[in-house]
Parts: sequence; C-alpha cells; structure tokens
Amino acid sequence: MIRHLLSGADPDLATATQILDTAAEMATVAGREVKKLPALRGRTVVNLFYEDSTRTRISFEAAAKRLSADVINFSAKGSSVAKGESLKDTALTLQAMGADAVVVRHPASGAPRRLADWVDGSVVNAGDGTHEHPTQALLDAYTMRSRLGRLAGLHVAIVGDVLHSRVARSNVLLLSTLGAKVTLVGPPTLIPVDIAAALAPGTLVSYDLDAVLPNVDVVMMLRVQRERMNDSYFPSAREYARRYGLDGPRMRRLPDHAVVMHPGPMNRGMEITPEVADSPRSTIVEQVANGVSVRMAVLYLLLGGNNL
Amino acid sequence: MACPPAVQSSVPRQPSVKVILASADVQRVVDRIAHQILEKTQGAADTVLLGIPTRGTPLARRLAARISTFEDVDVPVGVLDITLYRDDLRRHATRAVGPTQLPPGGIDGKRIVLVDDVLFSGRTVRAALDALGDVGRPASVQLAVLVDRGHRQLPIRADYVGKNIPTALAESVKVTLVETDGVDEVRLYGGANL
Repeated sequence: MIRHLLSGADPDLATATQILDTAAEMATVAGREVKKLPALRGRTVVNLFYEDSTRTRISFEAAAKRLSADVINFSAKGSSVAKGESLKDTALTLQAMGADAVVVRHPASGAPRRLADWVDGSVVNAGDGTHEHPTQALLDAYTMRSRLGRLAGLHVAIVGDVLHSRVARSNVLLLSTLGAKVTLVGPPTLIPVDIAAALAPGTLVSYDLDAVLPNVDVVMMLRVQRERMNDSYFPSAREYARRYGLDGPRMRRLPDHAVVMHPGPMNRGMEITPEVADSPRSTIVEQVANGVSVRMAVLYLLLGGNNL
Repeated sequence: MACPPAVQSSVPRQPSVKVILASADVQRVVDRIAHQILEKTQGAADTVLLGIPTRGTPLARRLAARISTFEDVDVPVGVLDITLYRDDLRRHATRAVGPTQLPPGGIDGKRIVLVDDVLFSGRTVRAALDALGDVGRPASVQLAVLVDRGHRQLPIRADYVGKNIPTALAESVKVTLVETDGVDEVRLYGGANL
C-alpha cells in the first residue's frame, strides 16, 4: 500500500481498484444502525486547510470520524498561520502533536509534496493550487463505476477550465491508470497545449463540445471559477455558457446511458443548467455521498495497518 | 482464520502433517452440527447462520443446505466480515476488507449462529460479536465451529463443535474446504514431539 496520497498517479491499477472496492464496503456503513467502525481508534487525523473548503473538509472529517479516528481541524484563518508561521513550522507542530495523517488543502501547487518530507505520518492531498485533487478523482471513478458498472474502456469528456483545474488533472491521471479514455474539452485558452501528452498518452483534446457529446459515457463539467472570468480567457460568461455550458438540448445529444458529473460547487446557468443538474443523469448528489466512502477507504488503507 | 504461523526451527526437522479429518469425516461432522442446531433451536425457527470469512462462509452455506435437507426449513445465511473489528490490525500490513452480507430479513430479534472453521484464541469471535452489535440487535448469539483446538485467550466457548483437537501452541491446524481449496480436510502441522 502507498504511504501518501499526493497525486492521481500515485495508486497503480491494483491499489486504485482496492481503494474502490474498499469504498464499496465502507458505503454499507452509511445504511447501518451504528454508522461507525472501530478501525482507526486512537489514530489522529489533522485537517490542515489553508483554503476555505467546507465540503471537502467536512467530507474528510465525516470519513475519519466514521472510522473512530480523532479529528483536529486546523484552518489557516485565525491560527498561527495568520501570524506568519511557515508551512514547515506548522508541520513540525502537527508532528509533535502526534498526527498520524495530515489532510492538506493549500493554494500552492506542490505544498503537500513538501509536507510529506517533513512529517512521519501519511499526507493526503485535499487539493493543492491548480495541481491535483486525488480523492476527488477517486470518488469520481467510484461514482462512474457504480453507475456504469465498469471503468475500463469508458470514454470520459472533461469540460471547462482544464488549465486551472486540479480535479481535471487528477482525473486524467487516475482514469488512464484505470483504462478509461479521456477527452478534454474547452476553449483553447483554457486547455494547455501539451497537457494531453504531458499527463497521460492517449488523452484527446477537442474545442467542440457538440461533436464530442454523442460519443461519451461520462461528461464531467468543471466549475468556471469566477475569479477567472475577468482574466480574458473567454470573451464573456454568456459566450462561454453558449459554447461550453451543458443545457437540455446538449444533454439529449448524449447516449442514453451516459451520466453527467460535476465536482461542485456548481454555477447553475453558467457551465450547467438547472435542467441538467437536476436530471436523473446527474450524479452530483451521489458524488458527495460517495466522497465520504472513498475518503474512508483511503484513510483506512493508509492508516489501518502497520505500514507507517 | 486464527492459526499462528508455522514455527521455524533452527534444526531441520521432518515436517510432520497429520490428517485429523478426511473428506468423509468433514461431511459427517457438518451433518452432526446441522442436527445439533436443529435440536438446540427447536427446528431452527428465527435462526440466521452467519459465516465468518474465509472458510466460515462456505461452512454456513453447507449447514443451511443440510438443515434444509433434514427438516425442510430454509435458514437464512449471511456473511460477517470482521476485518475492521480485529484487535491486531496495527500488527500487520493493511488488511483487505471483505463484504458483509446480511440476509434480507436482517438480524434484529433473530437467533444468530456464527460459523467459523477453527476456534483458537477466541479473538476472531470477539471481533465478530463487536461487529454484530454494530449491524443490529440479535435476540441471541451462538457459535458453531468445525474444529476447537483450545488455547483460548478470552472467555469464549462454542455451542457446536465438530471436533475437539488437543494441540500444542507450536502446532497449527489447517482446514481446507472444497469451495475454497478444492478438498475437504483438516490437518495438523508441526509439533515438537512429532
């Protein structure tokens, strides 16, 4: 088993499959009378969040608590970080408190990688800058597998701001390990030129959403971050929505079995219309529930044994 | 399930293997336990058999099949994975979690018979009791094992025992079943005086 989870490329096929299989067992706990397992009793998981992220943090917190681990939430606001403490000093503090795992969200790409060198415990990347978000990729893969029954041979379109998306990067890496084919779709300004070759060979790029839709099993819409809208990556929000937003007529171009995913939070009316977001094809609510199961699986597989 | 690793000796010794139960014996023992369950539960009403993986699972299915043959009652069968409840999780590399399958009727208010292959330290059964408490509230819990080899470390005993095998701690008992290993057999390995 791997010691840290920093990238969507960290788990090989066997490990990724084990994580998804374990997540399926963890999911059964949610339907039980006692939604708790004793597997991580006495272990400490620190949620170290340098960026606001309520949904990811509470997902990790719920996962750790369902496994009976002790959870310490550390957010940068109002903490020693606001007083100027460096990442390394914060890491050493957590180390001294006996953290068995550190779940880290940081605005700088690569921060979890550095952190992994400084602490003895496991580090889980909960999103670093525009780099990676591997547990999101795992929960997306889990959702695809539970909806469509398989991952190998699936064709997945990832649509939107690929340039700034850690979700897209982790998904491309993990899906290529799992044998799915990915097409990145978006305006040319938001798809880096060499990204397909750099991430995973076989990844395709298209600038025409309508041409791609009839051939995919999964369409994953990325959030258009509001702060990007003023940076001239596209002429206007309305033009973006017209060309790359998923609306009802576009959704009906999809094959009957295809599903629509979104990592959340959504901009309804921008990259996805309410008609699509609330349709039976949408897995958006399932993704949130699956997030807890997948994160339980990751924490159990990293911390459950003596592999520290 | 609860067998210690074969003891390594510095002096090379003849590896000793003794077949305790052969294929026909295993079947007879399963038949007897099935009869005993029927007798002790007055016809196996409101009873659920829960196998503890790996080999408790096929044993539970066989017991249910035999009970159905003898008295024409269908006893629900399930699987109870105890991995996440083990007390030795941290002593080994992370263990894979297996499926837990409860029968459609659930286990609340039922008489549960836990089924395992070997009863040794009792720690597996302790974990199973904890797991059971988290998935429901049975009326009562009983334990059926193919082999009891002694050396209990916890105050646990079986209600149905296929065969008591007096063993030394250094010995190991290995149960193989057709479903998991291709052959029904119980073997005793090692032992200093053999």
